[in-house]
Amino acid sequence: MHLSVFNTVPIQYYLLISTVLFCIGVFGVLFRRNAIIMFMSIELMLNAVNLLLVAFSTFHNDANGQVFVFFIMAVAAAEVAVGLAILVTIFRNVHSVDIDELKQLKH
Amino acid sequence: MKTLVYTSFLGIACLVAEVLNLRKFILPLCVLGLAVIFGLNVPDLIQLQSKSLAPASFYNGMVVVDGFSVAFSALLIVFAILLLLLSGDFYRKEEDKISDYMSITIFTLCGALALVSFGNMAMFFLGIEVLSISLYVLAGSNKRSVRSNEAGMKYFLMGSFASGLLLFGIALVYGETASFDLNGIAEYIANVQGPLSPMLYVGIALILVALLFKVSAVPFHFWAPDVYEGSPTLTTAMMATLAKVAAFAAFYRLFATCFIPSFPAFAWTLTAVAAATITLGNLTALVQDSFKRMMAFSGVSHAGYLLIGIMCLYGHTDAAIFYYSLAYGVASLSAFAIAILVAKATGSEKFEAFNGLGKKSPLLAGALTLSMLSLAGIPPFAGFFGKYYIFSEAFRTGHLGITVVAVVNSIIGVYFYFKVILAMYTQDADDKPVQSNLAYSLVIGIAVVISLIAGLFPSWFIGLLG
Repeated sequence: MHLSVFNTVPIQYYLLISTVLFCIGVFGVLFRRNAIIMFMSIELMLNAVNLLLVAFSTFHNDANGQVFVFFIMAVAAAEVAVGLAILVTIFRNVHSVDIDELKQLKH
Repeated sequence: MKTLVYTSFLGIACLVAEVLNLRKFILPLCVLGLAVIFGLNVPDLIQLQSKSLAPASFYNGMVVVDGFSVAFSALLIVFAILLLLLSGDFYRKEEDKISDYMSITIFTLCGALALVSFGNMAMFFLGIEVLSISLYVLAGSNKRSVRSNEAGMKYFLMGSFASGLLLFGIALVYGETASFDLNGIAEYIANVQGPLSPMLYVGIALILVALLFKVSAVPFHFWAPDVYEGSPTLTTAMMATLAKVAAFAAFYRLFATCFIPSFPAFAWTLTAVAAATITLGNLTALVQDSFKRMMAFSGVSHAGYLLIGIMCLYGHTDAAIFYYSLAYGVASLSAFAIAILVAKATGSEKFEAFNGLGKKSPLLAGALTLSMLSLAGIPPFAGFFGKYYIFSEAFRTGHLGITVVAVVNSIIGVYFYFKVILAMYTQDADDKPVQSNLAYSLVIGIAVVISLIAGLFPSWFIGLLG
């Protein structure tokens, strides 16, 4: 029975671990200054969402949630490709991936 | 539906044209293609005006074509055509990359069109991402300029952070309602006995925060001025018009379709956010010395006015939001077009660059004056009626406090728009002539004419949705 693992772990636990993962991602974006680590944190946020969607999908016995995960994965890949490209151009210009080096525009 | 499909094909055709060595024809092809797509929309618009348009949904409810989507699609296509006309000259020095710029602009439009016609959370998410990813590329497209790099990076980080919040919100809503379909969610929420669950509220709140990020509302506006200032001016114009209008349309569509029963819980927050957005945007715009940065902050305050429309959405404010978007969009587009010309001639984006424009080129100065008056909300221009409709909706739904704040602020706003006008007419001119070309004159002309027509016959535009 493929649902057995899910039946032994209640949905609340999935919700909890996704929320914790998501919060780690949020704090990573807010407090780290290395652009690569910020990208990783954003990926962490998105993967927390994926985990949650899959858990809910099984919980509701509805495949839509899992299909949505594929959309998120595809979009996240496109997004991070653009992000890394911007990072490469920044690195060429300022020779650093620390986003505090970017202070051309006044705050 | 066909609008979205044809626009996507046009974007691809644009890339293929580059491969086939037809670079010279890309710009006419894109403009003509979009004009045809707009033409295909005209019968729907006429039906909409006579109230005989039947809503239809496609691809299992993914795309919904109704009055709202038809009206906003037409508006967004007009913005895109004007932006494309501007890009021919703007990217003259990078002619070998023209197909990239054109196709990315058209894909931005695709995202915007998806955002005004989604019927499912998946389409909503895809629309927002297609729009944002295209704009990240354009914001950072001036590779050698550190300022453009910085703008791209800031926009990317803020945008993907907001997308993360949005997705978590969508996941929570899905967990509660077991559906991504807007009608399914609406049905679930309508049938709930007793209070809604906290998980649903947290989900809606996260979606709300993400959308406030995207429309640059206070306190999530801090990225906007930097990104607007650092990006190439044409991209700034696109963010201020196409992206902002699409984001507001999506905001309205999402909340009006499925989250109205949960709305009272957010009423105070939204009121506070709208009041803060208008006030802070206006006050900060007062002290700017760069035209682009002033436009960024004035864009923040205009987002606040539009938020009032969102706040009262249970009173069917879509017509007011549509009219306001139209008035704000065309006035901003002509202002940015003239700012590009002035920056090209003088090399500066400060207010001083506009000194004596009234003597150097009276027509451009006249058009800019008209745009500024429209943005400031002086009758009889479109901006005035936009504000009037929004305020009267707020009044009608009983939001007296916010109406007062908004009226006071629109008086403050007159001051910084007049700074530009005063610079043009009272300061001495320098010896750098500002020259327009055919495409720019055309865009400025079209924008001014739409602005005047919308100001003279507001009831026709309001009648589309009202």
